[in-house]
Amino acid sequence: MSDKEAAKAYWKTNVRIILWSLVIWALVSFGFGILLRPMLSGIAVGGTDLGFWFAQQGSILVFLALIFFYAWRMNKLDAEHGVGEE
Amino acid sequence: MDQFTLNLLFVSASFALYIGIAIWARAGSTSEFYAAGRGVHPVTNGMATAADWMSAASFISMAGLIAFTGYDNSTFLMGWTGGYVLLALLLAPYLRKFGKFTVSEFIGDRFYSPTARMVAVICLIVASLTYVIGQMTGVGVAFGRFLEISNTAGLLIGACVVFAYAVFGGMKGVTYTQVAQYVVLIMAYTIPAIFISLQLTGNPIPALGLFGDHVASGEPLLTKLDQIVRELGFNEYTAHHGDTFNMVLFTLSLMIGTAGLPHVIMRFFTVPRVADARWSAGWALVFIALLYLTAPAVGAMARLNITELMWPNGTDAQAVSVEQIETDAKYDWMATWQKTGLLGWEDKNGDGRIQYYNDANAEMQAKAAQEGWAGNELTNFNRDILVLANPEIANLPGWVIGLVAAGGLAAALSTAAGLLLAISSAVSHDLIKGQLNPGISEKGELLSARVAMAAAIVVATYLGLNPPGFAAQTVALAFGLAAASIFPALMMGIFTKVNNKGAVAGMISGLAITLIYIFLHKGWLFIPDTNSFTDADPLLGTIKSTSFGAVGAVINFAVAFTVSKMTAPIPQEIEDLVESVRVPKGAAAAAADH
Repeated sequence: MSDKEAAKAYWKTNVRIILWSLVIWALVSFGFGILLRPMLSGIAVGGTDLGFWFAQQGSILVFLALIFFYAWRMNKLDAEHGVGEE
Repeated sequence: MDQFTLNLLFVSASFALYIGIAIWARAGSTSEFYAAGRGVHPVTNGMATAADWMSAASFISMAGLIAFTGYDNSTFLMGWTGGYVLLALLLAPYLRKFGKFTVSEFIGDRFYSPTARMVAVICLIVASLTYVIGQMTGVGVAFGRFLEISNTAGLLIGACVVFAYAVFGGMKGVTYTQVAQYVVLIMAYTIPAIFISLQLTGNPIPALGLFGDHVASGEPLLTKLDQIVRELGFNEYTAHHGDTFNMVLFTLSLMIGTAGLPHVIMRFFTVPRVADARWSAGWALVFIALLYLTAPAVGAMARLNITELMWPNGTDAQAVSVEQIETDAKYDWMATWQKTGLLGWEDKNGDGRIQYYNDANAEMQAKAAQEGWAGNELTNFNRDILVLANPEIANLPGWVIGLVAAGGLAAALSTAAGLLLAISSAVSHDLIKGQLNPGISEKGELLSARVAMAAAIVVATYLGLNPPGFAAQTVALAFGLAAASIFPALMMGIFTKVNNKGAVAGMISGLAITLIYIFLHKGWLFIPDTNSFTDADPLLGTIKSTSFGAVGAVINFAVAFTVSKMTAPIPQEIEDLVESVRVPKGAAAAAADH
């Protein structure tokens, strides 16, 4: 596989990973934290509901997990496609 | 030792530390001035980014806004952290691979146009300057309190300190200074929160205490808080009241603004490798999250404490008496804060008591008529004082109060320094060296950088005297401007083949329309009383001026794609540049633009 093709395949996979990560990103913040909060109102968490928890804490924890997942996954992908720095 | 001396001691000790580090690491060459010679580890870089980015808005202002509004202001929490996901996934690794020093250099090269670079510089300066105004508001509050002087005098003194401080050293000095500042500010934020969480819930971790039980009543803390504020006619703390559409737009504006602010993005140019740029964003968010997970607990617990202080025997008994406020040591903080002009009360009905309630609520008006109340008597409670006053409100030991004063100043100073650096490098490196006088000497470039810093701080101080909102709200406007101008241009530069004309038209329309929308609501050039609309009744539906950044970004994308479609496609060498930015392979240490 030429460098150019490798780069193309690498980029396609990267964009797919980004899209899925952004779906989760939007789901926990705009979804659970705001728009879908009424649907989660039945699930009680410490004096309030799950939507409130996602808006104030849950979304932040998921954001963290997403960034570290992406860094780990991409560093692996760099190696798989031979496009890493070394 | 009295509180004033103690505050002074903590503040000067922390300052001595930062200035010491700045002198020790004084920048030599221009390359070091901008990007610290790229020798910064991801964890160190993450910590410095966190200090740089968490400003007066996060430290001083945010918890106060959450405390008095409740759930609806969760937007700040999600918005200012969610942006890091965008940074890490969409921008940081590619900008690092590109390997130049500034955001506008990337835009200028990618869109092969000096005009694009100029427009980007203007966008950066407008957003950064607005951001500095917010910082100066916070600096005024912090200096006013710890020197026990008026807010205005505090602001003027603070401006001199920020200037003296920012002129020292470049990024290297700033990077290690900011690590020290992070340590000071995170301790200052969490230690009082731990004390208060223990007092109220028995849980030493504030983030868990927020969802725990209130020791005094045995009920969950948030249930107790909802009940007590409802009894005074205020909106329930955990319920949703505002407009949902505006809430979504505001959160989105803060998120994409975070990923478009020059002083944050610049950080990712300073890591050694592309892989490190990815990790750096994560580490930055780890250090930011330590504060952001604590902030909602600080807000809720402070609201409960304040309400209980104003109604010491419960909301159905008598309110606190003026005599008690004046004599009881528990209420000393009220007198201290009164001096700054940011807290005020007035016994309107002359009954010797201060009734704190929502006098806009119909039920409470009926009750007030019956009880002989003449309106809410806690007449002024500036949201920006809440975090700084919090340890005093909770009656914590003096050293904690001193520590918080030092932390608040660290937050405001570190961000102001980072922003001033971004502004000065935009002017000296991009505007003067890049356009007006390419042959300028290194010495001349450094000098013009410092002159630009001085000019920026004078403007920000002047506007900070009459800020367009509380610190966090002014800062939100800056995020809106960055969201509407820089973020779309960077995204399109990496992920699409949009051409030079498209990018320029997009940035100009995004920035101009957003700026006009903000000025229509906040006054032209933020000069008071020149506004035609207010955020309570905005021009377009429910979209407040603070939320408009997301709309501006959409306009930017739409204009850019349309113009790009109608004009010549990008040349082959730019096509190659885009391909090369997308893969880490071949990332070299970046070079200055010689």
